[in-house]
Amino acid sequence: MRSAAVVQVCDMPTVSVKRELLFQALGRRYTDEEFDELCFEFGLELDEITSEKDIISKEQGDGKAEGASDIILYKIDVPANRYDLLCLEGLVRGLQVFKERIKAPRYKRIMPVNVDVQRLIITEETAQVRPHAVAAVLRNITFSKDRYDSFIDLQEKLHQNICRKRALVAIGTHDLDTISGPFTYTARPPSEIRFKPLNQSKEYTASEIMDLYRTDSQLKHYLHIIENKPLYPVIYDSNSVVLSMPPIINGDHTKISLNTRNVFVECTATDITKAKIVLDILVTMFSEYCEKQFTVEAAEVTYLNGKTCIYPELAYRREKVKPDLINKKIGISETPSSLAKLLTRMCLKSHVTGNGNNIEIEIPPTRADIIHACDIIEDAAIAYGYNNIQMTIPKTYTIANQFPLNKLTELLRQDLAAAGFTEALTFALCSQEDIADKLGADISSTKAVHIANPKTAEFQVARTSLLPGLLKTIAANRKMPLPLKLFEISDIVLKDSTKDSAFFPGRCAEILAKGQSIGKLGVLHPDVITKFELTMPCSALEINIEPFL
Amino acid sequence: MSPAMATDGPALAELLLQRLERAGGSGLGSLEAAAALGLEHQQLVGAVKSLQALGEVIEAEQRSSKRWELTSEGKEIIQEGSHEARVFDSIPAEGLPQSKLMNLPSGKVGFSKAMSNKWVRLDKNADGGPRIFRAVESVQDSVREKLQLVQQGEAESLEEKDRNELKKRKLLTEVVIKTYWIRKGSAFSTTVTKQETDLTPEMIASGSWRDLKFKAYNFEALGIMPESGHLHPLLKVRTQFRQIFLEMGFTEMPTNNFIESSFWNFDALFQPQQHPARDQHDTFFLQDPAKATDFPMDYLKRVKKIHSQGGYGSQGYKYDWTLEEARKNILRTHTTAVSARMLYRLAQQEKFTPAKYFSIDRVFRNETLDATHLAEFHQIEGVVADYGLTLGDLMGTLREFFTKLGISQLRFKPAYNPYTEPSMEVFSYHQGLQKWVEVGNSGIFRPEMLLPMGLPEGVSVIAWGLSLERPTMIKYGINNIRELVGHKVNLQMVYDGPLCRLDA
Repeated sequence: MRSAAVVQVCDMPTVSVKRELLFQALGRRYTDEEFDELCFEFGLELDEITSEKDIISKEQGDGKAEGASDIILYKIDVPANRYDLLCLEGLVRGLQVFKERIKAPRYKRIMPVNVDVQRLIITEETAQVRPHAVAAVLRNITFSKDRYDSFIDLQEKLHQNICRKRALVAIGTHDLDTISGPFTYTARPPSEIRFKPLNQSKEYTASEIMDLYRTDSQLKHYLHIIENKPLYPVIYDSNSVVLSMPPIINGDHTKISLNTRNVFVECTATDITKAKIVLDILVTMFSEYCEKQFTVEAAEVTYLNGKTCIYPELAYRREKVKPDLINKKIGISETPSSLAKLLTRMCLKSHVTGNGNNIEIEIPPTRADIIHACDIIEDAAIAYGYNNIQMTIPKTYTIANQFPLNKLTELLRQDLAAAGFTEALTFALCSQEDIADKLGADISSTKAVHIANPKTAEFQVARTSLLPGLLKTIAANRKMPLPLKLFEISDIVLKDSTKDSAFFPGRCAEILAKGQSIGKLGVLHPDVITKFELTMPCSALEINIEPFL
Repeated sequence: MSPAMATDGPALAELLLQRLERAGGSGLGSLEAAAALGLEHQQLVGAVKSLQALGEVIEAEQRSSKRWELTSEGKEIIQEGSHEARVFDSIPAEGLPQSKLMNLPSGKVGFSKAMSNKWVRLDKNADGGPRIFRAVESVQDSVREKLQLVQQGEAESLEEKDRNELKKRKLLTEVVIKTYWIRKGSAFSTTVTKQETDLTPEMIASGSWRDLKFKAYNFEALGIMPESGHLHPLLKVRTQFRQIFLEMGFTEMPTNNFIESSFWNFDALFQPQQHPARDQHDTFFLQDPAKATDFPMDYLKRVKKIHSQGGYGSQGYKYDWTLEEARKNILRTHTTAVSARMLYRLAQQEKFTPAKYFSIDRVFRNETLDATHLAEFHQIEGVVADYGLTLGDLMGTLREFFTKLGISQLRFKPAYNPYTEPSMEVFSYHQGLQKWVEVGNSGIFRPEMLLPMGLPEGVSVIAWGLSLERPTMIKYGINNIRELVGHKVNLQMVYDGPLCRLDA
């Protein structure tokens, strides 16, 4: 009730990379400005140029930063759906293909030679807590300190974003040479699970582990995911060694190090689609460092019903889009082969088919964000360069109309200001006290709409009247010369109509118009004045303007 | 004419003019004139200023000169005698106990000066303790005499060391005074014509204004603000944005519903149910009424399908879409929820007609608050739906829109929004900051949003959005959003807020 973007910006994940390492991998140097420009064109944002030392001294003071590294870091904001750009390896691959310095690699799943395929068996107990799991092996991988750090960092980035803080998917990576399959993914009562968690010196039961991490600044955020379940998920090897207790912590036994050569990757999940995406991203990014570059060794996942799946999927999907459609949606007129070339620069390998009437596009397993032709069209536009597109004005002919309620509001505002009143702009959310106690009403009689998750008392309810906001404005401006004459025309929220006890008995009146009550006017009750910490008499008028439309 | 009479303005001014007439071409000094007329200098300065205001009657050249003046203690000494003389006078023939003398008002200072002048002597061994006696018969109070000379304006006749000594004793002080050297002006006259301050109806009726002289305005004065009401700056900017959209032929959307269901706020926009924006930490959920009930069920089924299974050429998100999640009531997180309702309504028309919509209204985010973020703010949104709209059309529309805001240099950056594809952030070059700053976000609504509504396949919908607070803060030079919005704002800011002209 009125008394008297598109666009929601998503939080973008930020990837922090060492500048030198980045330039080395890109095979050339950039000035900061040049790199910023490249990012802009590609849809990234060079958010900050900093160093570990800078970061520490900013957060904890100069003293603490002593001895920290002053290697220059680029902090790069990555679009929230581009999981393939969340690490140095992916960023470099994306930019090098964009600049046509390399061709996009082709990722391949291979079956192991001379050894059995690694198997993960899912038991039925997991259905109650975390029903899905996928797995893969990175065979003969070579880590360095930087590669290892990037590997850990990518898992953390995935956990924070697509995995929804491990609620949907949790990743575990293990030194395969410390364990032996087949592996079992099951769920057990917390008291029956016992192992040495990562980087701890002794064994704990699952319940003890939960207590141990209650104060851990990172892990405490994940405890709630399984805490109240009767069974906790756990993965064992064939000798009952615990690999991990997802989504909380890995076992110390399988910890990977710089010397690890074979990595067993498992992702447990409540959402199988996301688990597959996460596994594909992690293995495609780091298969670069395997002896057979860009190959990933398959693992077999067996479900309780006997069904067997081979992971990672690493599926390449083919889509056909008409060149004409791409041109029309963007507003350009490129030849089919030129469009195919643009798409290929976005890691979407494309070629013209059918006498130039179609473009066939291959969506790689790294691009889970491509779910519709419009995603392909956007990539063509990015490769073409948004700022190279000719701006045009649509021919769309329409007659404008004002929203009648807003039109009346604008007219009333003008005249109220002309009548000597000053416009206030107050919050639509307030405390229960503001609309009830302070106005001499009981909260249950207010018909107010209540907020379930307010962070403070200021956001408990949506206002049922404009009066509290105006009175609080006056209270905050007691130093201003009198008289203060304020008005506001804005929306209030009522479940249905309500009565008013804010006025002084005998000094107020109901306002009737067009045969109905539209509001009240009068001198405010002294109790109301006092409760808003005011001392001078106040008179007020509040009406619903909707009957005048 | 007595000096007392001369103190009223016009009479004094005429007195000064007569003196100036006598002084001839060389003119006279204000200080001397004041002394000769027996006036305070400041009174004479007042007369000079009022004559200056008349135009060319006199010429007055400001000078500064130094002058010795008595301090209040100096003036007291002229009345009462120096401290040492007062001490000498208070000692009877039989002498005075030192303790008693020290208690006299001039005791301490006077005693030591009288001692060094050898006017008095101290007998430490007298009966009843140390006692002071006169050492000479009579004294000459030269300090008082010197101060009297200063009072008579003859400070220059004192020796410099005497003046410094008196200054050191804080009896004299050297002041700089602004004086005027006054000469006849080109319109010199010994009489002052009375000047009118205001044009009156009588003057107009009689025509007397032709012969009257009017007092010049003092444009240095601050003036008096007229009493009036004031519109809030943020809403003044809102009015301008509304005007721009109306000029561009956009129809205003009905955004008078702060409360929205998750269905219209998120699901209809193809925003998956696990999206972080739907988290408790980002969105205000309603406790009461917690759930919405009334949905167009056919459409809802199509939305469910596109999320969980895909369709219309889309892979979908492939997750278990639940009605329970969609029913959750929230405070709308964007006005795009209303755009979704409008586009759905448009799709229900028998025959599609092109549409241009806009809205400017409040949205709510359960965010951490800081200098630029509040839990509620205003979103500005524009939407165009028609067959065959292109990304170039979106950019061209944005160029026209931002030109009307006075922003001409634009650049577009690829971006990600859950319900637009392609998406572009709009940057403009900020001359003050010497860099590109983001001014808005835009895109083409995804087919997964439009096709389940029933809009024809060839129809594209371009849209853009920005906040109302940010451009307002830049326009009005406000750094903290709390100084602009809410009950804690200083009303003076509202009183003083200038006109809003976005393109000037």
